[in-house]
Amino acid sequence: MGGQMTDLAQNVAGELTALPPARRDLKRSRKNPIVVRISKLQPLIVPMAILLLWELVVRMGLIPPGLLSSPSGIAKGLSVWAFGPAGNGMNAYSGTLLSNMLNSGERVFEGFLVAIVVGVPTGLMIGYNKSFAKTFDPFIQSMRPVPITAWMPVSLTLFGISGLSAISLISLGAFYPIVINSAMGARDINKQFVRAARMMGASPRQLMMRVIVPNALPAIFVGLRLGIGVAWTAVVIAEMVAVKSGLGYVLWDAYYIGRMEIVLGDMVAIGLLGFLSDCLIVAIERRVLHWKQYNSR
Amino acid sequence: MKHEKPNETVSRASGIQLRNVFKTYGGDKSVAAIEDINLVLPEGQFTAILGPSGCGKSTLLNLIAGLEEATAGEVSVFGKPVTAPGPERAVVFQEATLFPWLNIFENIVFSARLKHLPIDQFKDLADELITAVGLEGFKLHMPDQLSGGMRQRVGIARALLMRPQVLLMDEPFGALDAQTRLQMQQLLTDVWERYKKTVVFITHDIDEAIFLADVIYVMSARPGRMVTELRVPLPRPRSVSMLTSDVFNKLRVKVFESISLLPH
Repeated sequence: MGGQMTDLAQNVAGELTALPPARRDLKRSRKNPIVVRISKLQPLIVPMAILLLWELVVRMGLIPPGLLSSPSGIAKGLSVWAFGPAGNGMNAYSGTLLSNMLNSGERVFEGFLVAIVVGVPTGLMIGYNKSFAKTFDPFIQSMRPVPITAWMPVSLTLFGISGLSAISLISLGAFYPIVINSAMGARDINKQFVRAARMMGASPRQLMMRVIVPNALPAIFVGLRLGIGVAWTAVVIAEMVAVKSGLGYVLWDAYYIGRMEIVLGDMVAIGLLGFLSDCLIVAIERRVLHWKQYNSR
Repeated sequence: MKHEKPNETVSRASGIQLRNVFKTYGGDKSVAAIEDINLVLPEGQFTAILGPSGCGKSTLLNLIAGLEEATAGEVSVFGKPVTAPGPERAVVFQEATLFPWLNIFENIVFSARLKHLPIDQFKDLADELITAVGLEGFKLHMPDQLSGGMRQRVGIARALLMRPQVLLMDEPFGALDAQTRLQMQQLLTDVWERYKKTVVFITHDIDEAIFLADVIYVMSARPGRMVTELRVPLPRPRSVSMLTSDVFNKLRVKVFESISLLPH
């Protein structure tokens, strides 16, 4: 898991330090406009082909009915789930998509917030203060290999069937990448920056707030992006077991009663929320780290 | 001698003093960086410390700056023993080490921000310094948008904004190309004419030392010791045309002689 985590961290870091957009535009503008239009569509070729094939396979009856819905069936199921009349006895899910999305979204938000509030300062202190690191880092590192799924019984015992047990799992899951990356960001400080700040009269507190923190922000955002991914994973697992609402609960419930179009539609909804929350973090990052765009190193 | 001297007039005249200063790194396999340095640098003097790489000249500067502590001996600035960095001693580093998340203006006024001074107490000086180092129009640029030479101008302005008594410069132009370096040397000597700070300038460039300094100290390599003290009789204000004068060339010969006397 440790290896995976660092690979993932590098991938995300790679994404973040990719070519600045301005340069990419420059390259593209030199090309033929028709080529540009085709290359814009290129990413859609594979998903479209799969959807088309899938639709055909289901319609031709190559898969026994009820085992897998067709894309059009999923779309229909999603639209009833989203916009259908609530309280429809024939379809228990009708009209409940938004409330389930909000349930899950709220849990992710709350759990993620706890992970940030605890994880960022803890990580910064671990990276900044050797004695703090000696005290807390070995403990955190020894807890980290225990997957959050294994924590499920403990959190159920502590918090029962409630939103709280879901939130605790989400914050625990998101905590690790956030704390590790924050620590890395604080540790990875140019010593000359520290010297320059001390030379200009910075107190230890000012050194932290005005040098260590801004310097660590790029790494912290890497942690946040990894953390939000873990948070969505955690909310689905937790809701399957520990709560009676939310997208994870519906996913498992619909599977049990054989409503595959809801299961697959649910996956679409989770993916969409995960994507949007990542976009939000990236948008905030672009604003906060505007100075990064000039950094060509 | 650890206590502060109460008599300001006596202590001011003393400038920077180093008495029997030693600095050794490491525990068991200790390496002597500098050995038995004795220096008296009067107020307002531009001093260049010239020596090969690894001769401990940067260590010497860090001791005066209070960024490192001497193993033995005493360092004092205007009568006060140096124990930590202080606002009266500003440092210009080898790399400008500007904070990349702050724009040029915010980098220059960083020391004032740390003291939570109201902006009208430093804005005029900041603007004056920005003009003095030729950075008008770049106030809102980010450090990564500037060239190495321009970043070092910011480093100089940032140091001078602290209104220091002493300016400590650690090979500030070492990483610049020859042409930019000449420009920066001219700029520095002009800025010095204007503010007349006590300057300690570390360099391994003989021409640079002669062009800028009133007095040059030549250091030997490992462990660093003072070998020669040379006065530079070039008139001020200095200009690049002096680089080819007879006085300049005679001084170069003297420096060469002192270097060839160094044990290897």
